[in-house]
Amino acid sequence: MLKALHKTGLVFFPAFDWAIDPTHPEREERLLYTQDQVTEEGVFDIPGIIEYKPMLATAEDIQRAQFCVPDEASITTESHLISAGGAKVIADAVLNKEVKNGFALIRPPGHHSMRVSHGGRGFCHINIEAIMVEYIRSRYGVKRIAIVDTDCHHGDGTDNIFWHDPDVLFISLHQDGRTMFPGTGFPGELGGPNAKASNLNIPLPPGTSTEGYLYVINHCVLPVLNEFKPDLVINSAGQDNHYTDPLTNMNFCAQGYAQLTSLLKPDIAVLEGGYAIEGALPYVNLGIILAMAGIDYSGVVEPDYNPEKLKQSVSITDKIKKTTDQINNYWAQRFEMREAAGTPGEIQMRHKEIFYDTDNIFERQKERIRICKDCGGCFEIDSQATPGFHILGVHIPINACPACIEKGYEFFDKASKEKFDHVFLMDRPKGAYHRK
Amino acid sequence: MIIGLDVGGTHTYAVLLSDKGVEKSVQVSTDHADLFNTVLSGFTRLLESIDPARIERAVISTTLTTNAIIQQTMEPVGMIVSAGPGIDPEFFRTGEHYYAVSGSINHRGREKAPVNEIQIQDIAKKLVDAGLEYVGVVSKFCVRNPSHEILIKRILNKYFKKVFLGHHVSGNLNFPRRIATTHLNAAVFSLHKSFFEAVKKSLAEKGLTVPIRILKADGGTMSLEASMHFPGQTVLSGPAASIMGAIPYAPEAQDAIVLDIGGTTTDIAFLVDKAPLLEPVGIQRGRYKSLIRSLRTDSKGIGGDSVLRVKDGNLTIGPDRQGPAMAFGGPLPTPTDAMIVLNVMDTGDRDKAVAGIETIARELGLSIEDTAEKVFKTCCTIILKKTFEMIDQINSQPVYTVHDFLEGYKLSPQKILVLGGPAPYFAQKIEDLYQIDTLAVPNSAVANAVGAALARTTCEVSLYADTEQGIVTAHEEDFAEPISKTFSEDDLMETAYTLLKEKAINSGADPENLEEVEVVEYQKFNIIRNFSPRGKIFRTKMQLKPGLIKGYETMLH
Ligand SMILES: [Zn+2]
Ligand SMILES: [Zn+2]
Repeated sequence: MLKALHKTGLVFFPAFDWAIDPTHPEREERLLYTQDQVTEEGVFDIPGIIEYKPMLATAEDIQRAQFCVPDEASITTESHLISAGGAKVIADAVLNKEVKNGFALIRPPGHHSMRVSHGGRGFCHINIEAIMVEYIRSRYGVKRIAIVDTDCHHGDGTDNIFWHDPDVLFISLHQDGRTMFPGTGFPGELGGPNAKASNLNIPLPPGTSTEGYLYVINHCVLPVLNEFKPDLVINSAGQDNHYTDPLTNMNFCAQGYAQLTSLLKPDIAVLEGGYAIEGALPYVNLGIILAMAGIDYSGVVEPDYNPEKLKQSVSITDKIKKTTDQINNYWAQRFEMREAAGTPGEIQMRHKEIFYDTDNIFERQKERIRICKDCGGCFEIDSQATPGFHILGVHIPINACPACIEKGYEFFDKASKEKFDHVFLMDRPKGAYHRK
Repeated sequence: MIIGLDVGGTHTYAVLLSDKGVEKSVQVSTDHADLFNTVLSGFTRLLESIDPARIERAVISTTLTTNAIIQQTMEPVGMIVSAGPGIDPEFFRTGEHYYAVSGSINHRGREKAPVNEIQIQDIAKKLVDAGLEYVGVVSKFCVRNPSHEILIKRILNKYFKKVFLGHHVSGNLNFPRRIATTHLNAAVFSLHKSFFEAVKKSLAEKGLTVPIRILKADGGTMSLEASMHFPGQTVLSGPAASIMGAIPYAPEAQDAIVLDIGGTTTDIAFLVDKAPLLEPVGIQRGRYKSLIRSLRTDSKGIGGDSVLRVKDGNLTIGPDRQGPAMAFGGPLPTPTDAMIVLNVMDTGDRDKAVAGIETIARELGLSIEDTAEKVFKTCCTIILKKTFEMIDQINSQPVYTVHDFLEGYKLSPQKILVLGGPAPYFAQKIEDLYQIDTLAVPNSAVANAVGAALARTTCEVSLYADTEQGIVTAHEEDFAEPISKTFSEDDLMETAYTLLKEKAINSGADPENLEEVEVVEYQKFNIIRNFSPRGKIFRTKMQLKPGLIKGYETMLH
C-alpha cells in the first residue's frame, strides 16, 4: 500500500492571482503545472501526507528578522505575508511533532531579501526562511540551525541576515557568481568576524550536472553538517538548477533533486526559485515531496530526460573537487579564523553596495559590529537607498551577552534623528522592536 | 403524484407525494440478500389502491452498490492503466487483472510516449482467457487528452461487452481515484443493470411506466439510462436522501447543520442557503477514495441502538449495535433506553429500559436517573463535537489564491436540523445544551424518501481552453472544438452552459429545473514562452446545484 514512511506536512500556496508583472518569471501560473502533477498523482490522498492551510505572517514576525523600510506594509503584499505565514505553519507542524518533516511550496520566494529591505530584489521582498528561523528560535528556543540553500542563485539575502550568527550555519550551492545574478557567493565570503565559516558559499561552474551536485553534498555539505550538529536542518529548495531552466545554465534533474533531499534529510524545505514551470517544476516538486515522505521516487523522471546529454565535462568535475577542498579547509579552520578576527569589544566596519534589480533601487551600507567571543555580537547598519530612505538599523542577537545588549542600546540612543529618516532597534533577547 | 423510495440499512421507506404533501408512506424491512424484493414490496404496498397512471415521477435510492463494495461481491473486471512518469501505478492495483502499460501524456495533454498496440492486444487475450467481460481503461492526464484511452478502447471493443474509460468519470485530476472509480463502474455494472432492468420490468407490469430516476451520492437524480454508464454514482445515496429531505426546513441565506440520527450511526452534513455542501474531490470513506461527486457527509458511530458499556469506570457508547433497545426486547442497554427512562420517549417496555440502565448505573455508581441523563447528554456531546470538528476542517481547507485566502467563505451554521427516529427528543436536548436553534424535521422518519422523491437532476462539466494550442475541451463530455486566439471568458462560460444543459437533459432533467447553475471554479492564466505571451489557459467547472424540484414548497407547506 502507498503510504508515507513518516508523516510529511505540505503547505501548497501557488498564489494563482499574484505576479510581479504578467510576463515576469515570478507570475501567477508558476506552480500551476506543479499543482496539476501533484493533484493528478493523488499526493494529497497519500496516508501520512498532510496538507496545511497557510496563515498570514504579521509585521512582528518580519521584525524578528528584517528592517523593512519605511515599514513592513509598504514593501509587502498579502501574498508575501501568506508565503511567510505558510513557512511558519510548516515550522509549527514540525516543531510540534505533528509531522516528521515539511515542505512549504509557496511563492513569492525570499532568499535575496537582506537584513535591511527597501523593496524587491531578485523577485524577493521579505526573506521567508529568515522570518521562519527567527520565529522558530523565539517560539521554540531551538539553538543550532543549518540552512542549506540549493537554489541556483546565491542566497545572498539569507547569507546577509545570518552573516554574523555563529549559531546559524548557512550553506549556499549556486552557479558561479561570475556568470549569474546576484554576482556574489564566492568561497572567501565566510561570514562576519564573530562567525567566520558559519557561512559557506560554494560556487559551481555552469554545466554542473547531478554527479557534480551530489559530489558536493556528499563530500562537503554532509560532513560539515555532521560536525555542526544542527538541531534543525532547513533546505531553501530552489529548483532553477534544472537543465531546462530559462534563467540558468545548470544540468541538474528531478531524480537529482529527489536524491539530494534524501541525502540532506531536511526537517523543513521551503521552495525558492525555479522557472521551468512546465518541464521541470512538476517533476522536481513531486520528487522532493516523495523523497521527504520516504516514498519511492524512482519513477519521477522528466519525459525528455537524457542523462548522456547532461553529462558534465572532466574539467567541471575537477573544478568542483577543488572548490570542495577549499571550502572544507575553511571549515576546518573556523575557530582559528574567529580567534584571529579581532579583539573583544573592538568595533569593526564594513561597506556594502546593494542593487535591487526588481525595484531598481541602489543601496549603500555602512555596518559596524562589536567583536565578541561570548555571542554573535551586536551591530548597526547605516543604510542609504536611492531612491528611498536613509535609516539606521541596530540588531541585538537572540543569544546576546550583556555587553552586546548594552552596546546595542548605545548605538540606538546615539543615532541622531536629524541624520536618519528612521532608526530601528531589533532587540531579539527581549523580543522587542523599537523605532524612532 | 411523486414516489420516493429509499432503501435503508434496516428499513426501506417509500412515500407518495401530491400537491397536498405526503399522501401515504410505507415501511418494509430491508432484506440485503434480496434487495429486488425489498424495493418491489415497497412499491407494491405504496401503490395499493392507487392508480399508477397518476404517478408522474419515481425516484429510487438503493444500497445495491454500497453493499457490493462492503461485501466484496463486485464482479472481477480487467483494468489497463498507463501512467508515464510519477508514482508507481502498481500502488493502485484494483485486483488480479490489472495491467500497467506504456504510453504517457503530460499535464498539458501532450503525448510524451505512444501506446504500444501489440502490448494491448496481448493483454486483451489474457483478459478474455480469464473469462472477463468488462474492462476499465485509465491513462494519467486523460482529462487533458483522452486519445490513449480511446485508442485502447478501439482495440478492446471487439473482445468485451463494455469498456469503461477514465476520462468519462470526472473532469477532476486524480489518477489513483480515477482508477478506483472506473474500476467501480465496471465492477458493479452488470449487477446494477440486471437489478434495475428487473425493477423497471416489474413496475411496468404494475402499470407504472414513468421513467425511473435514481438518486446519486451528490443528492441529485439521473435517469436509468444515464446510470448505466456510471453505476458507481449510486453509492452512498442513502445519506444524500436524508439530507435532501431536510432542505425544505433549512433557513434561506444561512448555514445549517443536518444530523441524521439512526440506529447505529449519525450522519452529519451542511447546507448553505438550502444547498448542500459537496465533497471537493469525491466520495471518500476511510481508505476508499473516489472521484464520485458526493455530498460532504461524515458519520459517527453513535445512534439510538448503540450499545452502552462501562470501561475502566467510564461510560462508552457504541460503535456497535447488538439489536434493538432493551425496551424493545434487545439484549443490552442503549441510548433509546435512557430516553425512555427519562420519559422523553414514551414507547416500549419502560421496566426493561430501567433494568438495562440500572446495570450501567451500578457500575458508574450513579442513580438510574442520573445515568440516563448522562447517557443522553453524552450522545449529544459526542455528535456535536464531531460536527464542530468537521466545521473546523471545512474552514481550514487549503486555498490557492490570495483572494480566496482573504475573502474565502467561512461556514458558520446558525441552525440544526435533526432527522431520524429519535429526532424530536434529540432536537430539544441539543437546543438546551448548545443554545443553537434546533428543529426536528417533520415526518422525520420518512424524510429520506421525501428527499429522494423531490431531488432534481444534478451534473457538472469541466472545461479547459488553451488558446496556444487553439482548443477548448470537455473530455468528460467527449467535447473538443477549435478556438481562436481571441477566445474569452464569456465564450468559455457560454460553451460551458450549453454543455451543462445538454448533459442535464440527457440525464433526465426537466427543462424547468435548469436554472440553479453555479460556476464552481474559474481560473485564467497566461502562457509565457521566452518572456513573451503565447496564449491563455482558461479552466472552469460549472454545475447544476443539488436541490429540490420546483414547486416542492407548495407540496409540503
Ligand atoms: Zn534562483
Ligand atoms: Zn556579545
